[in-house]
Amino acid sequence: MSLLTVDELTVTFGGRGRKESRAVDGVSFEVDQGQVVGLVGESGCGKSVTSLALMGLLPHKGVTVGGRAEFDGTDLFTMSPSARRDLRGRKMAMIFQDPLSSLNPVVPVGVQVTEILERHRGLKGGAARKEAAHLLDRVGIPDPTRRLKEYPHQLSGGMRQRALIAMAVACAPRMLIADEPTTALDVTIQAQILELLKELVDQEGTALLMITHDLGVVAGLCDQVNVLYAGKVVESAGRRELFAHPTHPYAHGLLGSIPRLDSPRGESLKPIRGSINDRIAWADGCAFAPRCDRYEMGCLTGTPQLTEPRAAGHQVRCVNPVLDDAKAEEVPA
Amino acid sequence: MSLLELDGVKVHFPIKKGVLFGRTVGHVYAVDGVSLKVEAGETYGLVGESGCGKTTLGRSVLRLVDITEGSVVLDGTDLAKLPGEEMRRFRRRLQMVFQDPLGSLNPRQNIESILSEGMVAHGIGKDQEERREKIKSILDKVGLPSNALSRYPHEFSGGQRQRIGIARALVLEPDVIICDEPVSALDVSVQAQVINLLEELQEELGLTYLVIAHDLAVVRHISDTIGVMYLGSLVEEAPSDALYAEPKHPYTKALMSAVPVPDPEVEDRRERILLTGDLPSPANPPSGCRFHTRCPWVQERCSTERPELRDVGGGHRVACHYADEIESGALKRTRPTDIEAVTETEGVVTEQPEGATEVSVALLPADSTTKPDPEVVKERVSSAVEARSDQTADAVVKDADAANPNASGKTSDETD
Repeated sequence: MSLLTVDELTVTFGGRGRKESRAVDGVSFEVDQGQVVGLVGESGCGKSVTSLALMGLLPHKGVTVGGRAEFDGTDLFTMSPSARRDLRGRKMAMIFQDPLSSLNPVVPVGVQVTEILERHRGLKGGAARKEAAHLLDRVGIPDPTRRLKEYPHQLSGGMRQRALIAMAVACAPRMLIADEPTTALDVTIQAQILELLKELVDQEGTALLMITHDLGVVAGLCDQVNVLYAGKVVESAGRRELFAHPTHPYAHGLLGSIPRLDSPRGESLKPIRGSINDRIAWADGCAFAPRCDRYEMGCLTGTPQLTEPRAAGHQVRCVNPVLDDAKAEEVPA
Repeated sequence: MSLLELDGVKVHFPIKKGVLFGRTVGHVYAVDGVSLKVEAGETYGLVGESGCGKTTLGRSVLRLVDITEGSVVLDGTDLAKLPGEEMRRFRRRLQMVFQDPLGSLNPRQNIESILSEGMVAHGIGKDQEERREKIKSILDKVGLPSNALSRYPHEFSGGQRQRIGIARALVLEPDVIICDEPVSALDVSVQAQVINLLEELQEELGLTYLVIAHDLAVVRHISDTIGVMYLGSLVEEAPSDALYAEPKHPYTKALMSAVPVPDPEVEDRRERILLTGDLPSPANPPSGCRFHTRCPWVQERCSTERPELRDVGGGHRVACHYADEIESGALKRTRPTDIEAVTETEGVVTEQPEGATEVSVALLPADSTTKPDPEVVKERVSSAVEARSDQTADAVVKDADAANPNASGKTSDETD
């Protein structure tokens, strides 16, 4: 059985007289122990909201969370708030995008790290500080005892992100959720952080849910990739399978629109037209249809379902997917 | 002759201290001697990480920041010496597209007003009617509907806003457009639209671009020539393909190997050069080669002698003493660069040649503790001071030995 099973998760904002907006619209996926699962999509596709819903960090008012999420045999959405607090940080932890705004600027890093150790592991005083130093050392922060006394602004961006990772792994959680952990960082620092995450997964068998918009990061890190568009998973596959045979026109288009460092120069990019604002409700058909090159009338007859096209585990939500033969004739055009 | 020539451009920002009488206590060496040439009709790409001075360099070309030293020659005129009013008139020929499309458009002005402002300032068009016709034709070129004229910036999506930014530059019919991170605020699928638009416009109107970006893949895609910046100076410059095929500077190599490629086959195969540590502070740059504190191939000479950009053939220029030796493999790495590389400070302090630490210690100004510079360099240097004063040189070496087995011990565990 999987460590985390998310089944038909929906998150709706608004209601009570205001216009409802559904950010996550029936997302299902599984994460196994020691596995890295990616949620990929552009801004507004619901990837961050998914992670916040799983962590229970969405506001209580004005948000309706539906569906099921089972973590280690317990249902996350029906458990009591106090049980949820015990779980959060101990068994499930999160790494946020912007390391500066997710650390408290007026509290030394050490206090912020020991806080978690005190809350979840009952460590006190010197023992907690010693463990905190050990944690900082573990994530590659030099001279940890001195760093513990410093404030977040005194650390560099990469080191702040390392400190956040140290806080996340403080209780050896079984599952880490990383929401765009490297977006705010430079590429050379990004490479360091990604190596660190990879190392944690390999050594500890931690499951990692990686949320990112960067397909390059996904290619190097994730075992299983879910591509989100307008709140639904449109394609799900192993990373090799996905990059070799992207079948959904959106995933296919995304890969065609990224300039690659290793592609010959002068090859023009094939962008997806329009923007994420040009979409229709999933209930009426495929939300991607207005931007899709392979659009046909069938796209507007109700919500397309996830189908299994070929290889096992490769699912796609499209009535007119890009299959290999079609791809071959599309390339010269 | 090249259309735009920069020669030894330096931009130093003073660090002021005190409330009433701002004393200058130091300088941030944002751009520290950059020379480059942009040919007409071509695209010059500037890449580098945040804090390397690429944006400041772009702004200095437009004189949006004061140039401390050096010259910027556009078509035979030295902009650095132009008086204010003449410079203002000259800016018609040099336009800029900014990074944040929403932040650079006034939310209370409609598109017509935004686009005609520059035309009025430069006296283009007899009356508003004529200007409107011109704006309409430009809007059409950048792929916006003509009914956009009476709308406001918030009514557009990110990609469309960036098109407005490009249109604002184009209405003045400039010779050179400086694009500062033109696509980094946009979603991937929209990025490609804007990149293609820039390319089409160049082809159609014969524009010259100076593109500033941190994304090496984007820069490589649109540039004819690429300059790589590190801590205020160019470390390498080459035609786009040559730079990709044969990066010669260690920093360029590391940068290239750190860029993720959206292809698992490539990702699994390629060799990574992971740099240790962060960018040193430009207020207190390292001596000698700016990169020597992070360079995997660092030699003793690097910490004392600053390498000049030298031509290595085929328009390829590199600022490294040992580029050829590294290329031929004659020089081995002196600092571990792999995944489990030693941690930052230890790596720098213990693995530097003796002279290097002393130089950086000497470089530390007496009042550096009060300076608002990022902490990294100070940390490095001060821990170097500690190591020096607390322990004898032998102890430092021993320390290094003690640290290394640790690191390598970790390595074997981790790879298992």
